[in-house]
Amino acid sequence: MATTITMPQLGETVTEGTVAQWLKSVGDNVDKYEDFVEVSTDKVNAGVPSPVTGTIRELLVKEGETVATGTPIAVIDETGATPAAAEAPAAAPRAESTPAPQTPSGNGAAASVAESAEIESAARGASPAVRRLAREHHVDIRTIKGSGANGRVTADDILAAARSGAATQIAAPPAPPPSAPPPAAAPPIVPGATQTSQYAQPVPGTFVTLTQARRIIAERMVESRHTAPHAWSMVEIDVTDVWQWRVREKDRFERETGFRLTLLPFFIRAVVKSLAEFPLMNAKFVAGNGSAPPSIYVNPEMNIGLAIGLPANLVVPVIRHADKLSIKGLAAAAGELIENARKGKLGVDDLAGGTFTVNNNGANGSWASAPIINAGQAGIVTMEAIVKKLIVRNDDTIAIRQMMNACLSLDHRVVDGYVASGFLASLKRHLEAMGPQGEL
Amino acid sequence: MAVVSANTTVMNNVEAVRATLYDALKSDERVCILGEDVGARGNVFLITKDFVGEFGERRIIDTPIAEASIVGIAVGMAMEGLRPVAEIQFADFIYPSFNQIVGEAAKIRYRSNGEYTCPMVIRTPYGGGVRGALSHSVSIEALFYHVPGLKIVAPSFPADVKGLLNTAIDDPDPVMFLEHKKTYRLIKGEVPNGHYTIPLGKANVLKEGTQLSVVSYGLYVHWALEAARQLEGEGISVEVIDLRSIRPMDKTAILQSVEKTRKLLIIHEDNKFGGIGAEISAMVAEEALFHLDAPIRRLCGPDVPAMGYALPLEEEFMSSPAEMADAMREMVKF
Repeated sequence: MATTITMPQLGETVTEGTVAQWLKSVGDNVDKYEDFVEVSTDKVNAGVPSPVTGTIRELLVKEGETVATGTPIAVIDETGATPAAAEAPAAAPRAESTPAPQTPSGNGAAASVAESAEIESAARGASPAVRRLAREHHVDIRTIKGSGANGRVTADDILAAARSGAATQIAAPPAPPPSAPPPAAAPPIVPGATQTSQYAQPVPGTFVTLTQARRIIAERMVESRHTAPHAWSMVEIDVTDVWQWRVREKDRFERETGFRLTLLPFFIRAVVKSLAEFPLMNAKFVAGNGSAPPSIYVNPEMNIGLAIGLPANLVVPVIRHADKLSIKGLAAAAGELIENARKGKLGVDDLAGGTFTVNNNGANGSWASAPIINAGQAGIVTMEAIVKKLIVRNDDTIAIRQMMNACLSLDHRVVDGYVASGFLASLKRHLEAMGPQGEL
Repeated sequence: MAVVSANTTVMNNVEAVRATLYDALKSDERVCILGEDVGARGNVFLITKDFVGEFGERRIIDTPIAEASIVGIAVGMAMEGLRPVAEIQFADFIYPSFNQIVGEAAKIRYRSNGEYTCPMVIRTPYGGGVRGALSHSVSIEALFYHVPGLKIVAPSFPADVKGLLNTAIDDPDPVMFLEHKKTYRLIKGEVPNGHYTIPLGKANVLKEGTQLSVVSYGLYVHWALEAARQLEGEGISVEVIDLRSIRPMDKTAILQSVEKTRKLLIIHEDNKFGGIGAEISAMVAEEALFHLDAPIRRLCGPDVPAMGYALPLEEEFMSSPAEMADAMREMVKF
């Protein structure tokens, strides 16, 4: 019984694949699930497992040749064939957005071999949420036994597997999961340390024991600074008009909503408009691994992180879908996050999923700063102190205007100065166009 | 109307509409009411009973049986500075006024380049389950929600009726105010005393849950809530969202809920094809696809020309709390 193998579709938008290397020659035996060919696409390189056990009869495509998905690439003579696997062409099992499956690690929820065929098909019918969570948590869907209807793997199954570490972890994750802080390790022992004090009340000559939050901040900052080459740029913005707009609206807004109206929501509104023009600023660099080349992932959502300084640490809660909110909506969302941050009531969801960060840094008079990018994002922008300055305008008149610097740190792997300065110019244009005639 | 505390009064939905209209007539002399039988008869549900005696025939206007005229006259009143509340006696009768609503009222602001606005409310009882048969059961929201320039409100609770009707009367543009007639006397609730408003476009999460988001409006909100509470006993956690405003629609509330529960069931009485659920479903597919762990499902009225009079036909048309609970169970199990 001969089975024709076709070029698998390795990813949802992939239409063709290149045979990188045949791992088997004509006449070789191949086991079901054994990789017999390596395929590369513009997205992934993956070993393709054989859907049947048998002998290679024919290789139809040469190494280096690119063919459309669905094109026959090999014929395998099946041994001990089941009738169901008859002459009909069979697509090689589709790799789930990641390279070839790993051997199950054998602990806990990892599936037995007998269940694997069913699980294989469950992985193919995985919902968008399951695929996304599996990707984010580096879980191989095919190693999980589903708890849903007909053995379907559910989103909760993925999260449970990620928590227990039971499922096969996909090797060399392309980026750290944005929402999962590293597990707490025992604090290292510092030789000779006897006295300790609190971060908020540091005592000279003592060691401050790091809180979990402090430790994560330290790790993330080092990671970001070491992996993302930071470049920096600054632009000066005339915020006189937007300031007046805020002054006109703030009393009414505070009366109606109970939140203070600061300039922050206006800034965020301008930032999301500029991000829409420069999607690469709303992206992240995904490092390559053994088989996958590095890439840049352009985020489909604009989730804006707000850097909020607290006495003991920094938190960066996220306004989701910030591009969908009006200035009023942004003000309410930011007001709520800031209030919850100060009360220590932010949830895990509030902190996850940021794609770009805004830091309203100028309150204490700073007029320039060089922020560190939140790991996994392409940039961070700070809004500095607003200072009245004498400005010579284009028509050579002199005016007193309220000026502010906006500073941008960018991941130079993702964007160059061309995009970054375009982004800053756009931000300046949007903010200077805002004035009291606008609608909140 | 029973007063249970100094700050609230228990009312049903009819009483809430009546009390809100009464307060509006009292406090704003621009407000007037026009429609069939709103004067001497005091409206078929007695919502405007005795209003004509107190406010006079110039403000409580009995019209001929001519819906195009009711809305058309209200458009003119609104453009000239009044705040008309036009009543279509039953939503089933609204069709003759379609041109005045869609072609005129919705477009006044645009076609006059903002020189005129059309601050009017069109109130109408809609929906079935009351043996109203072909001409007293229809849901009309999907016919109008496609039209930019119209706002559509469909409250389910007396307190929302008051807050949203106040907002609708204040609104500078036309608002359609849909009252599910089965909830009129069936649903009672505490209503805050004094004047207050509820913003349009703001949904209400009636019950929080983690495994499934249910979005509904009108009568079915109550039944969905009943089904969700019943499922609580089975260890199934369902979030129930009352849309309240159909347009503008509270996308944020829906998206936030779906991102939490990852599953969405939309329930409405209006038929499925091209209904409100179609828009919600498309919006969630566009904006939250990668949060979905199950196909979106719509539990809606059947695509038939009308609700039958015979009880088995009416029951077949309407979804029951038990059917809703079954759909919820299936989705959570998926």
